[in-house]
Amino acid sequence: MAVVSTEKIPINAEIDVVAVRRRVRELSAKLGFSLVDQTKTVTAASELARNTMIHGGGGQMFLEALNGPRTGLRLIFEDTGPGIPDVELALRDGFTTGSGLGLGLGGAKRLMSDFEISTRVGQGTRITITRWK
Amino acid sequence: MEKIPILRMGDLLLVTIQVDMHDRLAMALQEDLTQMISDTEARGVLIDISSLDIVDSFIGRMLANIAAMSRVLDAETVVVGMRPSVAITLVELGLSLTGVRTALNVDAGMDLLKSAVRGSSNGYGSRLH
Repeated sequence: MAVVSTEKIPINAEIDVVAVRRRVRELSAKLGFSLVDQTKTVTAASELARNTMIHGGGGQMFLEALNGPRTGLRLIFEDTGPGIPDVELALRDGFTTGSGLGLGLGGAKRLMSDFEISTRVGQGTRITITRWK
Repeated sequence: MEKIPILRMGDLLLVTIQVDMHDRLAMALQEDLTQMISDTEARGVLIDISSLDIVDSFIGRMLANIAAMSRVLDAETVVVGMRPSVAITLVELGLSLTGVRTALNVDAGMDLLKSAVRGSSNGYGSRLH
């Protein structure tokens, strides 16, 4: 598997969440994903970008187009915020520390092919989601 | 700040969301609509989301909130025009929009709204129908 392209989008304000959605849509269309797959990826990206902004205090997203035996799109969300003390709890539907519905993390996981999270309290969170064709 | 226009047609309010919604815009729409229902004594709200290419949990919550708030203000809400790919994604995300009436398109939504509004106007002070 090879990373064909990488780009970075800062996530510091609401308008950046819109930029994330737009760019993820463009790239997943370019990579030839179906409309439903594009929509799922953009929606997952929107949830995670909002988390990065609100809970992580800002951060960035990396977009990677993957090539090899399969075409893929990988999105990495990074922040240097407070981290998540209990990941299992945070993934549970309905769990929220903010004003949302608590569907963001678990929902994003359900919508994607792969979901990985690494987080350290006081240091930050990195979430990697991938969609394979 | 940009705003989503709300049109008034008789005792109905019509909203077409055509911009890429950021969260503050969604919050503003919620507040504007609630205010306008109260100001105009509207009985129904139709929200066309056919231009939206995603509905995430935030926008979903906004739609549910609008439906709940208008119900409290004695108005019915119908959300119309959801794209099939958005519907599939919403359900998988875990959002079923409980309490939100939906219709496939504006025509069907208007029919639904008109019959709902007529059906609910009983008792004293009811409108002619």
